[in-house]
Amino acid sequence: MASSKTITVEVDDVSYTDDVEPRLLLVQYLRERLGKTGTLIGCDTTNCGACTVHLDGVSVKSCTMLAVQADGHKVTTIEGMATDGLLAPLQEAFHQCHALQCGFCTPGMIMQSASLLTENPHPNEQEIRDGLEGNLCRCTGYQNIVAAVKSVADGTVYGDSGVSTTVDDAETAGVS
Amino acid sequence: MIPSAFDYAAPTTVEEALGLLAAADSAGDDVKVLAGGQSLLPVMKLRMADPSMVVDLGRITGLSGVTDDGDSLTIGAMTPHHVVASDPLIARHLPLLAKAAATVADPQVRHRGTFGGALVHADPAGDMPAPVLAMGATLVIAGPNGERSVDAADFFQGYFTTAVREGEILTRIRVPKFTGWGAHYEKFTRVSQQWSIVGIAAMVRVEGGTIAEARLGLTNMASTPLRATAVEQALAGAALTAEAIAAACLHAAEGTEPASDLNGDAEYRRHLAQVLAKRAVLAAAGL
Repeated sequence: MASSKTITVEVDDVSYTDDVEPRLLLVQYLRERLGKTGTLIGCDTTNCGACTVHLDGVSVKSCTMLAVQADGHKVTTIEGMATDGLLAPLQEAFHQCHALQCGFCTPGMIMQSASLLTENPHPNEQEIRDGLEGNLCRCTGYQNIVAAVKSVADGTVYGDSGVSTTVDDAETAGVS
Repeated sequence: MIPSAFDYAAPTTVEEALGLLAAADSAGDDVKVLAGGQSLLPVMKLRMADPSMVVDLGRITGLSGVTDDGDSLTIGAMTPHHVVASDPLIARHLPLLAKAAATVADPQVRHRGTFGGALVHADPAGDMPAPVLAMGATLVIAGPNGERSVDAADFFQGYFTTAVREGEILTRIRVPKFTGWGAHYEKFTRVSQQWSIVGIAAMVRVEGGTIAEARLGLTNMASTPLRATAVEQALAGAALTAEAIAAACLHAAEGTEPASDLNGDAEYRRHLAQVLAKRAVLAAAGL
């Protein structure tokens, strides 16, 4: 039996210390140990991007990383994007541009879009599409996703839609 | 999908890592070295690999980064693909490497996956081995008896097999500068983030209206990356015209032994190699 390891990870600005099996994937740690079910498991094979989170500010697929590899690092999930109860600009843009249908790919799309805009604040449409190549939407809704990201890159400021960011509301919105 | 259980160690120095590998080996452990994990972890999740011990190089400082050594650049084995794709020194002196790295998988994988990890993994469909071969890089391997250097031409030995032996670690890759060369990496995939069905790494040095020198590496045209030497010879001294390039690239499949699989049979890959070589050289030459 492999011995467990103690890890300390900062997730969405809160520090957690836990004993984990080395084989525990980061996405499982986030969902099953921390209850952060906003990060989804889609394909579980590094293809779909639904599990995308930020590790020290850059996007990674949390199904393709061990929790022990995150020891000492800072993880941001979709649940850490809103501040003071207000949606982050990308979240608001996805909402206002109807950049989702079933919503399953949305957390990963937003996390990858945020990473893209950090690296390239003013991407053109092709750069947005290239930047999202590791995220699959099976509702075929890419058009509005690209439009939402472009609108944020272009500086569109959306008003507060009034969408609450509490966990309960997030669950009723179908992203649990 | 969850990997089989394994013991995990995260050394902070190369020496410590080598000691762990030696100890694991003598204890009869089946040990795997973890770099960025973008190939190893999927394989472990599918239980195509079930090591009893994993040694993670992610906490060793000094294995990542790019340094200028005058007539060459040295790239740490743990340098992530996204750094190789965006580093200003690499963009200036090794444009082929930057362009190939920018096509690996997708942005998330490029953030985690490492240059050295991809080379040691040696997937015939992986994008980094062919440029490394085409540029005549030298790979530095650390082992129990110190360091040794291996030419790229001797490094790739077969399917998923390199000159890195049990108990050894690839630490850095030294690449001679190709400042001023035109470069392009052209790959053909079924889905954008998937492995290359065929890929062509092309570099040309243009003088006046002539191609003075050319170097081409082929991805997924054999169990290892190959040099397209017949194309290189045909291009050397050729006129800088689309016709001359197209004629030279008809030699792209010579000496290759491509596999047949669900993505295409060997004949299809030979045809692709010619077409993609032409596109790659045209782009590298700025035509």
